[in-house]
Amino acid sequence: MATTLPLSTRGLLPAQRVATAATGESAVVRWVLIGVAVLFLALFIFLPLAIVFSQAFAKGIGPYWASLRQPDALSAIRLTLLAAGIAVPLNLVFGVAAAWAIGKFEFFGKSLLITLIDLPFSVSPVVSGLIYVLLFGLQGVLGPWLARHNLQIIFAVPGIVLATIFVTFPFVARELIPLLQAQGQEEEEAALALGASGWQTFFRVSLPNIKWGLLYGVILCNARAMGEFGAVSVVSGHIRGRTNTMPLHVEILYNEYQFSAAFAVASLLALLALATLLVKTLVEWRARRQLAESARWDGEEQIA
Amino acid sequence: MKGKVLVVAGLLLAGLLALSSVQGRAQGGEVTLLNVSYDPTRELYQDFNQAFAKYWKAKTGQTVTVEQSHGGSSKQARGVIDGLQADVVTLALAYDIDAISQNAGLLPADWQKRLPQNSTPYTSTIVFLVRKGNPKQIKDWDDLVKPGISVITPNPKTSGGARWNYVAAWAYALKQPGGSEQKAQEFVKRLYKNVPVLDSGARGSTTTFVQREIGDVLIAWENEAFLSIKELGAEKIEIVVPSQSILAEPPVSIVDKVVDKKGTRKVAQAYLEYLYTPEGQEIAAKNYYRPRLDSVAKKYASIFPKIKLVTIEEVFGGWQAAQKKHFADGGVFDQIYQPNQ
Repeated sequence: MATTLPLSTRGLLPAQRVATAATGESAVVRWVLIGVAVLFLALFIFLPLAIVFSQAFAKGIGPYWASLRQPDALSAIRLTLLAAGIAVPLNLVFGVAAAWAIGKFEFFGKSLLITLIDLPFSVSPVVSGLIYVLLFGLQGVLGPWLARHNLQIIFAVPGIVLATIFVTFPFVARELIPLLQAQGQEEEEAALALGASGWQTFFRVSLPNIKWGLLYGVILCNARAMGEFGAVSVVSGHIRGRTNTMPLHVEILYNEYQFSAAFAVASLLALLALATLLVKTLVEWRARRQLAESARWDGEEQIA
Repeated sequence: MKGKVLVVAGLLLAGLLALSSVQGRAQGGEVTLLNVSYDPTRELYQDFNQAFAKYWKAKTGQTVTVEQSHGGSSKQARGVIDGLQADVVTLALAYDIDAISQNAGLLPADWQKRLPQNSTPYTSTIVFLVRKGNPKQIKDWDDLVKPGISVITPNPKTSGGARWNYVAAWAYALKQPGGSEQKAQEFVKRLYKNVPVLDSGARGSTTTFVQREIGDVLIAWENEAFLSIKELGAEKIEIVVPSQSILAEPPVSIVDKVVDKKGTRKVAQAYLEYLYTPEGQEIAAKNYYRPRLDSVAKKYASIFPKIKLVTIEEVFGGWQAAQKKHFADGGVFDQIYQPNQ
């Protein structure tokens, strides 16, 4: 469930959006285009979503709750929350740091860093899983050392967390880099000139300027962290009740002829997607209102 | 603003704590085993694990939890080689356990001699599953190579069941009047030409055939065929028994290096031995695996159709030889199978 708007419209104010919508096509052309778009959305987005929920409740609400309260389902939900709970804060810290460095400073190897941040987007998730197997597996580079010290990375929770961190690496940074670059460094320079320390400048000037973009990045990061299948599947080992996340649990249930249980767990993931959309809309709405408000303030100050 | 740093640090700490608690779950007076198995045994071991836990509790007072992991047999073996901490492996064929011994040295090379009947507590065979009423009139292996028949079978590179399917087809062609190695190769080549998709495990193929309704015939484990009819009803699909098939022997073993490290050798050994008891054999038979014990076999004789069964030893000289000739890189399977042709 992709939630990205085209970059060009994301930062626009309402007034600008209205202005771009007024074109000169005839009513027929407009309605045909709108009709095609709506049909497409209905077919590819609303219908599958509706099917997930109708299948989930196919046997009624009782079995629905029962399948979510199974020990294996609960453990899958717990593990998914845990993996996201670790991956998202880590990527938040890393993403802000990286975006800050890239957006505000010039240094040697900057373009290499940008490329590295994008790497998890361009590598197939299955390959990223395999990288960890080759690294931490018993036959891998670090495997024998880990085994001697009784440490289990892959086929255990740490491997799943690592894989999740890897695939969700770029979300926060990618969201913030253009924002920080666009803002320039005048405000920071002013703060420094007035005697603020580096941390003060960051927390009082830079961070407030990017907080909505940051929140948006975190939401996307979280959605992906909970929904990731490929990379996690490779490093999981598929031990029921221990190393299965929600997406893996859905596959297992489906393969065991427990179709409504599979869709019940899938509906939780779909609900997460819907909640993500809702929060995202709220965030954008707040951001726009604040922008408008600060614009009004600026105006009033100038009049006074 | 220091608060934000604290919140982040707190979240990280909570995460790590939760992590370590998950890791430390197997402690205390309880014992946890991990059974790494192949694809269609999910239901069998769900039942068996409960029975064993009850038996072990009564015998020793210890609470045993058996965790399960299922997938294509070779994929699962690969997982154990890469460090999946299996106390016992219950795989589709001996070669996959050999591979664990050869590639990782986690168990001795003569593992198969340690339990009765070549360490295979139950057997199965390979049959066909067709759509209700058998619209394409599929009766025997010959009908599978006819043009226009769509055959579903998993990938022999990752699935043990798929390799049994392959060797069963090969053995059939070889045992026909005038059969030769060359004719057998030609036969399986034509067979795999009719295969539109190779799933990675037996269960994946079953869902492809039954759920997604792709293909005219599924080559499947007998137990898998019975189970899908039980789960999905006899009104959609039916079993066809070929004139000849292969005696499929899925073996079991403890993984020595893992049980010695975890201190679970005694309970793991008892777990596998329990498979040979009348109770264990009964559970196997109820899940449509052919029991080894005569008394149980007699009781369930009416379920299992009588088929002329050949063994991997008599046709191929064992799994080591079969694997080397047919399924290794550049082997016969690689020569005959070209996708999308």
